[in-house]
Amino acid sequence: MSKIIEIENLQLTYAPNTSLQRQALQNINLTVESGEFRAIIGPQGSGKSTLLQVMAGLEVGLGKVIVDGLDLRQKKNRRMLWQRVGVIFQQPERQLFEDSLYNDVAYGPKNIGLSSEEIERRVKTALKKVKLGEEYYPLSPFKLSGGQQRRAAIAGILAMEPKILLLDEPTAGLDPKGRQEIMNLFSELCRKQGITMIMVSHDMEEVAHRADKVTVLQKGTVFLEGGPQEIFAQGNQLTEIGLAVPFASELANALRERGKNVSNVTTLADAEREVGKMLRRRNGH
Amino acid sequence: MVHNRVILNLQGVSFSYPDTQDKKALDSISLEIVAGEMVALLGPNGSGKSTLARLFNGLLIPTSGHVLVEGQSTQDEEVLWQIRQKVGMVFQNPDNQLVAALVEEELAFGMENLGISPGEMTEKIEQISTQFGIHELLQSPPHRLSGGQKQRVAIASVLAVDPEVLVLDEPTSMLDPGGRQEIMRELTRLKQVGKTIILVTHDMSEALMADRIVILEDGKIVLQGEPKQCFSQEDRLVKMGLEIPPGRRLAQRLKQKGFDIPNDLLCVKEWVEFLCLK
Repeated sequence: MSKIIEIENLQLTYAPNTSLQRQALQNINLTVESGEFRAIIGPQGSGKSTLLQVMAGLEVGLGKVIVDGLDLRQKKNRRMLWQRVGVIFQQPERQLFEDSLYNDVAYGPKNIGLSSEEIERRVKTALKKVKLGEEYYPLSPFKLSGGQQRRAAIAGILAMEPKILLLDEPTAGLDPKGRQEIMNLFSELCRKQGITMIMVSHDMEEVAHRADKVTVLQKGTVFLEGGPQEIFAQGNQLTEIGLAVPFASELANALRERGKNVSNVTTLADAEREVGKMLRRRNGH
Repeated sequence: MVHNRVILNLQGVSFSYPDTQDKKALDSISLEIVAGEMVALLGPNGSGKSTLARLFNGLLIPTSGHVLVEGQSTQDEEVLWQIRQKVGMVFQNPDNQLVAALVEEELAFGMENLGISPGEMTEKIEQISTQFGIHELLQSPPHRLSGGQKQRVAIASVLAVDPEVLVLDEPTSMLDPGGRQEIMRELTRLKQVGKTIILVTHDMSEALMADRIVILEDGKIVLQGEPKQCFSQEDRLVKMGLEIPPGRRLAQRLKQKGFDIPNDLLCVKEWVEFLCLK
């Protein structure tokens, strides 16, 4: 495994030397391995979105930020980033604008001067990945449903074939079914195609389910970092800063407080196993 | 709900967006909401929830049928201004709602339009910003706030003009768990003081707070009733793409393995009590 993102001593101040000055990020040290699924969680205003913007080269602070070998302290490197890093902001469907789905997805590849065969290949591949079939190609993106629009916007980013995807609450506003579809897509892109995922999310069930590692931000600094089981075992520390833990972890933590012997769990499947064990012991098996 | 005064009355309301006449976003909806009631609107994306929410204060006008707010029709342009004062809207994305350069101005905006005196305005801004935990942000520009902070500002600015009915379209979908709880606590308080609340949500735990759940699918009301009553129809909800809370799902999984699990286990507390029984 190689490091694809390296951040050392990152500081970022909004509106420096004015009355509105605000320290958005301080002393951030962070490393992400290539192919990793990283979740970033934290209360409102903790700097999650700002950190994503730094990784995307859209905000520049003090300190070392290396993304896919590019040192983002240099402006020319930040410009090279946009072909390697895809950013999916909250409600990406607001960026749809073309007259047809096909043209919308083709917009990015056209802009970097690819051949028409290559553009076609990329558009078709991207739309296939998000499960929008050929019957949708000529439709106006605005005629699609909310979930479809979001998938269309994601296809536009996938058509650029990024190595890293930065996701800022990518499922906010989708219904449970739409959420599942999008999250399954991201998992697949990460596990099968090796795209590195950095996801800011408030959905702790999804974080527990998908992430390899979780970074918890609080007031612009890294508060905790570790695997989901390790992080969500710290229920009290997380609730103190206004975060929740997944149902399974909350249950395991509460049972441990009552003196029960339960291991750290984060998913329902794990909880089922642990609770099953308890019930079997109680029933004397 | 002492008087059971009907405050919102939808009579056979249908709505189609321009260019999509072939497909109705809402199809013959009839619904009465009484003053002081809290109603949760649920349904998959594209079911018509947000469209319905926008009909309550005349942001959208029905293609056929009537929306009456205390007997006044949203089709009557002369009373639309009054209707919008009575029915406040909070949207999913606060970026679409915030217009002022500073949070303080945002809170003052609606009041200024109503001609409220500067003294009263300052007092109200103090009170409402403290209530919503945004007092220290009063001098910040809204675009510099996090999504959750923006949403709190948006709700506070709607409440600043004291509407009787508050319609919220997935107001917590961009908030962190702490922010979510804050908004839900605030809604509980508003409900206690007699405000009528219509909450569009995907979150079952939020819906459980309501007096009544109304579930939409393909522009039609397919299920409505008290939360627990709707909730017992799990298979139907799952089929519609709605979510079953994890506590319930854990019970289902264990039952399938042959364990004897009571039917009413839902939250962590109930589970812990059950599992710690001697």
